[in-house]
Amino acid sequence: MQMPEPDAAILARKDDIVAKLCRILPPDAVISDEAETRAYECDALTAYRCPPLAAVLPRTTEEVAAVLRLCHAEGVPVVPRGSGTSLAGGALPTADCVILGVARMTEVLETDYDNRFIRVQTGRTNLSVTGAVEERGFFYAPDPSSQLACAIAGNIAMNSGGAHCLKYGVTTNNLMGVTMVLMDGTVVELGGAHLDAPGLDLLGLVCGSEGQLGVVTEATLRVLPKPEGARPVLIGFASNEVAGACVSDIIRAGVLPVAIEFMDRPCIRACEAFAKAGYPDCEALLIVEVEGSPAEIDHQLGLIAEIARGHDPVELREAQDADEAGRIWLGRKSAFGAMGQINDYMCLDGTIPVSELPHVLRRIGEMSRAAGLDVANVFHAGDGNMHPLILFDANRPGDLERCEALGADILRLCVEVGGCLTGEHGVGIEKRDLMGDQYAPADLECQMAVKDVFDPRWLLNPAKVFPLAVSGTRRTGAARMAAE
Amino acid sequence: MRPESEEELSAIVAGARGPIRVRGGGTRGPGETAPGEVLETGGLSGIVLHEPGALTLVARAGTPLAGIEAALAAEGQRLAFEPPDLRGLLGTAGEPTIGGAVATNASGPRRIQAGACRDFLLGVRFVDGTGAVVRNGGRVMKNVTGYDLVKLMAGSRGTLGVLTEVALKVLPVPETEATLVLHGLPDAAAVAALATGLSAPYEVTGAAHLPGAGRTLLRIEGFAASVAYRADRLRALFPETAQEVEADPGASRALWAGVRDVAAFHGRAGDVWRLSVKPSDAPALAARLGAEALVYDWGGGLVWALLPEGTDARARLGAFAGHATLVRGSAATRAALPAFHPEPAPVAALSRGLRQRFDPRGVLNPGLMDA
Repeated sequence: MQMPEPDAAILARKDDIVAKLCRILPPDAVISDEAETRAYECDALTAYRCPPLAAVLPRTTEEVAAVLRLCHAEGVPVVPRGSGTSLAGGALPTADCVILGVARMTEVLETDYDNRFIRVQTGRTNLSVTGAVEERGFFYAPDPSSQLACAIAGNIAMNSGGAHCLKYGVTTNNLMGVTMVLMDGTVVELGGAHLDAPGLDLLGLVCGSEGQLGVVTEATLRVLPKPEGARPVLIGFASNEVAGACVSDIIRAGVLPVAIEFMDRPCIRACEAFAKAGYPDCEALLIVEVEGSPAEIDHQLGLIAEIARGHDPVELREAQDADEAGRIWLGRKSAFGAMGQINDYMCLDGTIPVSELPHVLRRIGEMSRAAGLDVANVFHAGDGNMHPLILFDANRPGDLERCEALGADILRLCVEVGGCLTGEHGVGIEKRDLMGDQYAPADLECQMAVKDVFDPRWLLNPAKVFPLAVSGTRRTGAARMAAE
Repeated sequence: MRPESEEELSAIVAGARGPIRVRGGGTRGPGETAPGEVLETGGLSGIVLHEPGALTLVARAGTPLAGIEAALAAEGQRLAFEPPDLRGLLGTAGEPTIGGAVATNASGPRRIQAGACRDFLLGVRFVDGTGAVVRNGGRVMKNVTGYDLVKLMAGSRGTLGVLTEVALKVLPVPETEATLVLHGLPDAAAVAALATGLSAPYEVTGAAHLPGAGRTLLRIEGFAASVAYRADRLRALFPETAQEVEADPGASRALWAGVRDVAAFHGRAGDVWRLSVKPSDAPALAARLGAEALVYDWGGGLVWALLPEGTDARARLGAFAGHATLVRGSAATRAALPAFHPEPAPVAALSRGLRQRFDPRGVLNPGLMDA
């Protein structure tokens, strides 16, 4: 993954730029020492690192606006950062950029139970949003697996999902409004406690724009009453095809589970060895969770069991109590940890039409054997969002490159069958150079035209999302403009 | 002009010498017009793909909504965003199309629980103002690949591009539905009751108040046993209020079709305004309007108001958090007042910038969304 050459003129002006930042922010909010900026050299895509010119940690929308106004005037690129949990390199710096971290903006600004929303500063972590409303029986629905650490700012930038979005939708479906600062320092309010502005849906456009259109400092989020209860069932199958067919039948039957998780044999084995959750040794495993009152849960699980029995399951285990439910989820939730213990891994995020599951899993198996790298599959089957984990050894020369090549081939396969490159992690730098496989030049041109409107000089997170060759004229032209 | 293919449409737009007025089913209200030569989308019709097991449907933009709803019903599925049929309110004829529903982000009572049209829109193809064919999104339920122009196109009323194809998430029709009907509540108490219902874990999928009929409605849907259970639990939340449960699904559906299509205003003269507000603000704001009739939907967040012709609803409301849109107005009202709520300057600048990029010559439905 290539990054653009840093602008030597900006590097040479480091001291001056830092001095100016120190004039508009409290002293503890500017980080420029080389040992300290190293903390911001990467996000969760750790294969790529580069310390920034400086990092700033503002506490208010006004401070964010001041920083952006300054960087805009100085022509310095800005890379916004939430908690740095991006798997796609969304917060990867360049040496000539200022990292704008929202980590100190964690306040709850308003909770309104009559109207069922919460307004927060976006540095607040996903899980602590639920934490702020749960004593009144509410929760915030999107639940990415990094929810303990990830910030709402990053959730909005990447339009994050989670295991339960089959029923509750992803971030964009739960986001009611934002306060956002444009690159030139202008503060805009989009949406709010009311729904569906009748003008252009700029809120929908901003969600998922990977920090390229503005820095979102405050968010109004929909909160929902917690269901009375939830319970999972575990179903094992002799083949991926049968498990895929079962998923499709459950969805068609009108049961709307909150989650349908799928694991294949390599993943089941690794998780079992790691977590000892008591999973059956089979080809494919589904965890299906439903919500409601105890009687409603019984009824829905009954329907699911009936559908599953039509597909000759090798195992069908309904959780009888919280303990058993915990054990069923234990293996799935430790999947990434289990993989990490075996080897380094790369986690993909393509989405496919649910009907293509068996075909895609078969092809991934063939591609994995041809590349000589193991692939384990664990994913949100209800919505077709796959997470193939490619195992590799970072210390073996050439392994990372082979892994990336296999990953790219798998993502191209997702696109080929009618799906997409990324379902919930975002493009960042990781999938940037594959965008041409999913979109035609006119499609990308139209998206880049949107950035032209919000950030005409292309200073905000400029080297992400669009292939460098495609965005080149805009980035360098913008740099020239800024220099003039 | 009635192109039969995307290519033909693209050539028409690229070669346009003046404004184009995009016409789907022709159900747009009187006065709500843009100048220009009419471009009909009816030639771009037909369901391209319906995969019931994946809950997805792809259709050309000019496909009649009725045909789509029939095809879905045959598989026990539906458009969960409940697109309203406003012909009765607007006094128009014509056959609503899926492209029209998407272009207006048409969303009914279930919007508060299931989401708006824009939340179910998975992908679009459109021809922008230069004639370029653009694709965004796809047909899968989770997709964060690049910018979400899908949301931007929903509700943009053909001012950014002419939709040619849309992909939608569909949902199964629940086994049954029922409606708890509360009687005789004044507006403020009714909106509070709706909030109580929506804050309970019983998955209310509709929350409306009809002051004219003195009825306040909470809808639940699902499997029969579950609906019966939740209806009982909901009733118990309002021990002091006169109430009954409409458990006949047909009758319940009819109630909600009436809310969705604002049946209470049908056949009545006057201008119709649509307010989007914070639900708990709704009763006080509605009182400022002095309306001849009101319908509250979305737990109070959506207020339909019938006002004497020429009334400036925004002037009566004063400053408030939300929007007031003129949905049906006499020629005089339309001439005097913009249909869309004025946007704050920085937001208006962004919207203007986007229009200039998508339609640099300003040929697509010019002025239709002016505020």
